Amino acid sequence: MGRQTPLFQLHRELGARIVDFGGWDMPVQYSSQIGEHHAVRRAAGVFDVSHMCVIDLKGARVRPFLRTLLANDVDKLVRPGKALYSCMLNESGGVLDDLIVYFLSDSGFRVVVNAGTRDKDLAWIRRHAREFDVGVLERTELAMLAIQGPEGRAKTAKLLSRVGAATALELDTFVGREIDGWFVARTGYTGEDGFEVMLPASDAERVWRELNSLGVASCGLGARDTLRLEAGMNLYGNDMTETTHPFESGLSWTVAMDPSERRFIGREALEAVKAQGSPRKLVGLLLEERGVLRGHQRVVVPGLGEGVTTSGTFSPTLERSIAFARVPAATGQQVQVDIRGKLLNARVVKPPFVRFGQAVAPLLQ
Amino acid sequence: MSKVPADLKYTKTHEWLRTLPDGSIEIGITDHAQHALGDLVFVEVPEAGRALKAGEPCAVVESVKAASDVYAPVTGEVLAGNPKLASEPETINTDSYGEGWLMRVRPTAGGPKTELLSPAEYTKLQQEEGD
Repeated sequence: MGRQTPLFQLHRELGARIVDFGGWDMPVQYSSQIGEHHAVRRAAGVFDVSHMCVIDLKGARVRPFLRTLLANDVDKLVRPGKALYSCMLNESGGVLDDLIVYFLSDSGFRVVVNAGTRDKDLAWIRRHAREFDVGVLERTELAMLAIQGPEGRAKTAKLLSRVGAATALELDTFVGREIDGWFVARTGYTGEDGFEVMLPASDAERVWRELNSLGVASCGLGARDTLRLEAGMNLYGNDMTETTHPFESGLSWTVAMDPSERRFIGREALEAVKAQGSPRKLVGLLLEERGVLRGHQRVVVPGLGEGVTTSGTFSPTLERSIAFARVPAATGQQVQVDIRGKLLNARVVKPPFVRFGQAVAPLLQ
Repeated sequence: MSKVPADLKYTKTHEWLRTLPDGSIEIGITDHAQHALGDLVFVEVPEAGRALKAGEPCAVVESVKAASDVYAPVTGEVLAGNPKLASEPETINTDSYGEGWLMRVRPTAGGPKTELLSPAEYTKLQQEEGD
């Protein structure tokens, strides 16, 4: 038996199929994974993401600490509440984890890291926080719900006070703040609008039931995976790991090489990669034939060698199979994927595949 | 609890077999299997004329979550693969024992078979696997 979130009993009661995910017993689906997927694209769904780890960092030197710890630059955050997506790298430039960091105040930031990397991340953060005299506090008493989809924000606002609802609905994208005792952020992992809400664990079950009664569908990790893949978002452990760097993981946009005097962990390794040019890149694949792409399938690139898929699935929105693949940097527009010994044609595309409920234009050709 | 029709035979790998009046056999996957797989999105069935050997993979069923092999319960020749499944794989989710059949096979007389289970034995197997 793995670790359980405060909502575990409710998931069981709602008929969820429970699977192990990074050491946690989590709901993978309630009824139909595709049904849950469409609920998020067309209306609203709620996910239990309490297995993710919320860490508060406090201290006068928290900003210089995070400018050392993270590959993205928290100096981009000037307005309290603003969030930033970043990788945390090791000295070799490999990705220890990807995370979201919120700027709360000059002496307080909040980071949210993945469940499967929780212990490793905490140890790494604590080790480096010491020299900056930054306090590291794990907020295990909080549950976290992601309410996603075009109707997600409005439905969530119905659970707040009148003033709180107005405040929540005015939040800009990638901004969070304390509202009615919850931390409400306009963030997500689905390619749809929505909120991620951190709230006392004791509130979580009531809130989930109220969302259900407002027509928000219970959604499991299965739908979360197809939604994030359609949205072109990486999954840690699949699409990037400690042995791959951001430039070969489709994450160059998250690395702030400027200003050049900022010495973040992993910078030297990345400079060396940059000087030579990364030999590999992460691309999106759209299968042109019948079949389903999965992770770890061999990709044949004519004239250039081979690559490998890192994540793959059937896209419920496109009704075709999609994947991410790490391939030689010069790969053009056409590759083949080895599925059970057969080479099937796939087109190389730039993620995302789906945004705000719609297929991204180039896919429609 | 998954459905286990009384007039069929079953395998330990979650296939069902129906003997048709002409002695040929219809094969599919069980309600328990479709439920465990979740929404099916791709099915590959063998073409008519293919020779099957008992115990070997003869079809692939893929859900959003995972791919799974289907094993031939008998040695014989494929008479037909279900043509409907190419465009409507979800038929297996909605009617695994009827419209969602995978293939029809003419078994080799006296040929090998995998171990076949009665409905009661298959129900017990499901319970052991936590249905």
